[in-house]
Amino acid sequence: MKTEERAARRVHHRTAAYWTMAAVCLIGGIAAVGLGDYPLSPAQVISAMLGADGDFARTVVVEWRLPRVSVALAFGAALATSGALFQSLTRNPLGSPDVIGFATGSYTGALIATALGGSTYLATGGGALGGGLATAIVVYALARKDGIDAFRLIVVGIGVTAMLHAFNIFLLMRMRQEVAMTAAIWGAGSIGLIGWDRAIPAIVALGLLAPLVGLCAPALRQLELGDDAAGAHGVKVESARLAVLGIGVGLTAIVTAAAGPIAFISLAAPQIAKRIVRAAGVPLLASALLGAMLLLAADLVAQFALPVAVPAGAVTVVLGGIYLVDLMIREARRLR
Amino acid sequence: MSAPLRASPRTRARWIAGAVSAAILILTVAASLAIGSRAIELHEVWLALTGGPASPEAVAAIVGLRLPRTVAGILAGISLSLAGAVIQALTRNPLADPGILGVNAGAAFFVALAVGVFGFTSPRAYVWFAFAGALVATGAVFLLGSLGASPARLVLAGMALGAVLAGVTSIIRLSNRQAFNAMLAWEIGSLSNTDWNAIAVIAPLAIAGGAIALAISRPLGVLAFGDDLAQALGARLTATRIAGVGAITLTAGAATALVGPVGFVGLMVPHVVRWAVGPSQPWIMALSALVGPSLVLSADILGRVAVPPAELPAATLTAFVGAPVLIALARRRSARAI
Repeated sequence: MKTEERAARRVHHRTAAYWTMAAVCLIGGIAAVGLGDYPLSPAQVISAMLGADGDFARTVVVEWRLPRVSVALAFGAALATSGALFQSLTRNPLGSPDVIGFATGSYTGALIATALGGSTYLATGGGALGGGLATAIVVYALARKDGIDAFRLIVVGIGVTAMLHAFNIFLLMRMRQEVAMTAAIWGAGSIGLIGWDRAIPAIVALGLLAPLVGLCAPALRQLELGDDAAGAHGVKVESARLAVLGIGVGLTAIVTAAAGPIAFISLAAPQIAKRIVRAAGVPLLASALLGAMLLLAADLVAQFALPVAVPAGAVTVVLGGIYLVDLMIREARRLR
Repeated sequence: MSAPLRASPRTRARWIAGAVSAAILILTVAASLAIGSRAIELHEVWLALTGGPASPEAVAAIVGLRLPRTVAGILAGISLSLAGAVIQALTRNPLADPGILGVNAGAAFFVALAVGVFGFTSPRAYVWFAFAGALVATGAVFLLGSLGASPARLVLAGMALGAVLAGVTSIIRLSNRQAFNAMLAWEIGSLSNTDWNAIAVIAPLAIAGGAIALAISRPLGVLAFGDDLAQALGARLTATRIAGVGAITLTAGAATALVGPVGFVGLMVPHVVRWAVGPSQPWIMALSALVGPSLVLSADILGRVAVPPAELPAATLTAFVGAPVLIALARRRSARAI
């Protein structure tokens, strides 16, 4: 009787947590659209969105601010989902695409595509996807030595990230000045310069990947239990792992191609979400909601809380780094 | 370990390694003075250096630009490699490096604070901030280590600390663009903008840090046996640790104040030297002080000619060469055990 009651309470808590996070995303998004040099109340925002064309408030809301806010929410969710996939796959809270270097690799790929003359979103996106996948393969190959060890994976990731970062600087210096300037702004991880022309293809691409994430979720739950258990339950371990890897890199690459590398959302969001909904594994949907909240908040801080507007990527690095330090201290205490 | 019996061949090999390192250093210093964006004939380089009848442009380029740059490279190379050797010995962590553990990032963050927030732009003022930053970051690293963090976690913690500080540094930089205009080269870890003014202030402190590091090389070597055995062998643990933290602070702070955040030198050099001379801490440190400058200067020289007319910062090249060393060390079985 008691355990049933506790289980019911846990389900209740979880449902409440999901609804709260979704509500925060929605309300925060509407409030964020209202912020700026031309402030609007939430009611004004909603009426502007429903209002007639040509209205100035409508231009401000739909053309100027809505792309940024929707991109913050969608990209935050995508990065966090990618992080959750990788953390499940590596069974390690630190196995996220930014720590392991995929984001830097995506940036390298996109830079190479730009250097070769491709400036369309498709070209940079393809470059980012190729760069991210190649980096993933190299890091996994280098870290593999009688199995994948989490520590080795992470240190190899740090090393590969440092090399790619150096290579990126080299590429930037080889480019023509004006191309390099655009690439450098993009490299800081800014979502402020994205208009609908870039936001829509990215959001559509993410939307296409979302059902795939849903499809591979059951297999992922089995993989979390260990390869043998998953195999016994009829999961094709290697192909499932490959599919999850591909989807995870895809999510990160789409975001990186559009906004540049935005670090630490994919690292921090899944673990914080896990604590909030008190899940056993890494929760995919809760991670996505929390990632959306985090990137929206980081972008608001980047725009309004500092003396000068900075790229959102600079803020997420700081927030995520603080989270990582906290995680280390927690772990160290537990060891003692 | 049984040194007296096998002393002579090993000692001879060590002296040869030392002589080779010194020869390489002399060659790199010469190359650093001779190679640059402006092509100057070798005899004219010599005339400019010795005060002979050289063209004024040659004197300006060599005495005004390449000489301070070379001196800065030598100082930074000695400081970074000794900082690396000390931090590896003190933490008993083969992956330790002032760059990887966030010490350079700490120094850079404090320099950014000094320039961007307090408005100090002369090296005389901000060098103290660099030392404060290096000290705080070193302290944080040791605190985490003493809480029981393994080498792997220490590396991660350092990376996290470095990322936070680099993020805040970039925010400070972006919000006060003007103050940092003069420091563009410094931010990216390049030697291209060093001047005698900064060298005059920083050199004595760097040399003091290096001297402390070399002076404690013997007890540092004993520390590798573990606290208990080291104590039994007569090492004074606390005194060695305090002196070691002081040496790391002075060397890493001085190098960062001089040339900006340059990573991987402190990781690579002691490992390469250990491979050549074996596990003798005094030899490792003495030779590191010879090899480090060659590495930094080579990186700088390569950077001058790699992407004309622009220059690649030395830090970029040290990362490109040093990161594979980190990967190789991580793949080694013993990296986990130590």
